[in-house]
Amino acid sequence: MRKRVVITGLGVVASNGVGIEAFKSAIMQGRSGIEYYPHLKELGFSCCIGGIPKISDELKREYLTELQLRNFNSNGILYGCISGMDAWKDAGLTISDDVDYDSGTVFGTGTSSVDKFRESIYKIDDNKVRRLGSTAVAQTMVSGVSAYLGGILGLGNQVTTNSSACTTGTEAIMMGYDRIVSGQAQRMLVGSCSDDGAYLWGGFDAMKVLTYKHNDTPTEGSRPMSATASGFVPGGGAGALVIESLESAIERGAHIYAELLGGHINSGGQRQSGSMTAPNDDAVIRCITKALDHAAIQATDIDSINGHLTATKNDHVEIKNWTEALGLSGSDFPHINSLKSMVGHCLSAAGSIESVACVLQLQDNFIFPNINCSDVSDEIKALIDTSRIPLQLINKELNIIAKASFGFGDVNGCIIFKKFKA
Amino acid sequence: MKDKAQLIEDLKEIVKPYIQNQEAFDNINEDTDFINDLKINSANLVDVVLDIEDKYDIEIDNDSMEVMLNVKASLEVIQSKISA
Repeated sequence: MRKRVVITGLGVVASNGVGIEAFKSAIMQGRSGIEYYPHLKELGFSCCIGGIPKISDELKREYLTELQLRNFNSNGILYGCISGMDAWKDAGLTISDDVDYDSGTVFGTGTSSVDKFRESIYKIDDNKVRRLGSTAVAQTMVSGVSAYLGGILGLGNQVTTNSSACTTGTEAIMMGYDRIVSGQAQRMLVGSCSDDGAYLWGGFDAMKVLTYKHNDTPTEGSRPMSATASGFVPGGGAGALVIESLESAIERGAHIYAELLGGHINSGGQRQSGSMTAPNDDAVIRCITKALDHAAIQATDIDSINGHLTATKNDHVEIKNWTEALGLSGSDFPHINSLKSMVGHCLSAAGSIESVACVLQLQDNFIFPNINCSDVSDEIKALIDTSRIPLQLINKELNIIAKASFGFGDVNGCIIFKKFKA
Repeated sequence: MKDKAQLIEDLKEIVKPYIQNQEAFDNINEDTDFINDLKINSANLVDVVLDIEDKYDIEIDNDSMEVMLNVKASLEVIQSKISA
């Protein structure tokens, strides 16, 4: 029997709530964090809406020192540090002057500090490379976020950053899980963050994968599973979980939110239906079934699914893959929801923010509503009963939640959370 | 021309964000060493120099930068650049 891994701490930075309590209240109420940003309009973006977390200067200073904030220009690292430090504290762990060799972090991101990178490039092109100062590297290296967190928390086990596009957050959790199960670490801070704003989102706007139809109705813009879904809404933020071996949690007398039963990570190799930007459906199905096998559960054990479901026209393909992987459809299909209806697609942060939502649902026995989905698409209605797509908060005893993320590069991740029972 | 006491006061304000030894900072004088006394992270020395450049609107070359490890040497560099 392999080591059991439990979740003992949570932290989150999202556009509809910063901090666990604010976030939980927002998702239970179905509150959107999506807004219109005139700056994007001025820059000629087609999609001028997005989800940017609101962080006051005062809040920033509760997490980073004046010195750390000098010449600091990195939303992603800021969000990562806030969520990671919150999760650490939430787990009842303290920050000491000693190195904690039993604790590490896998904290992912897609890019690091695009804004800082842009600032640096302008200086270099202006013949002012010497004016970059001492922190341009620390902020723009992709492992910046894990390096900041490792230093703040005194982590002495593996300190690294993973990157697998929109699967990043889910993958980070699985990588930390493996590290604990293999006995190399007692506990891991796992999660991911994403920058936000024009310089990160521009490429997606150019690909025409963002919705341009809701600049006047921002909170209605992100419409996963809806017949009127017209592209995703970009977002930023971070999610963090402290996961640790059950023995370690018990020994510390830590509060246990839930158990991480296992999961699976794979890739479709950009073969068959797969490409740089589209998933190989066989690989998605395989990823889900392998995750179930690894967690030693049956499809019928799943009470709720937290999908990837980005609100492009192709959400029905994901639903079809779930129905095939689980062998369940119609009214037998589990409840399914997508956090992206409220916070948009947080890219590399999506998997971890959404996993935090899953753990909160398990702990407090609720399924958050899908907003902007009163008009479920016909393709999806042909696969699953609309009762499976809650439009209102459901209060219900939950035992198992499956969470999946899929990303550019044809990469997949699926993880299984379970209510903790000794 | 600023007198030495004034320059030290200016310098004190400049290094303030980077110091990690308050006592040495409170007693800053010509003999104070940035790394050994003020415990400034060596990576931050370039930031101190950039902040000095901004304060006096001067440019400090690599050779001068290299010797700016303590208050005394820094004052000499600043004075020579200001009067240049």
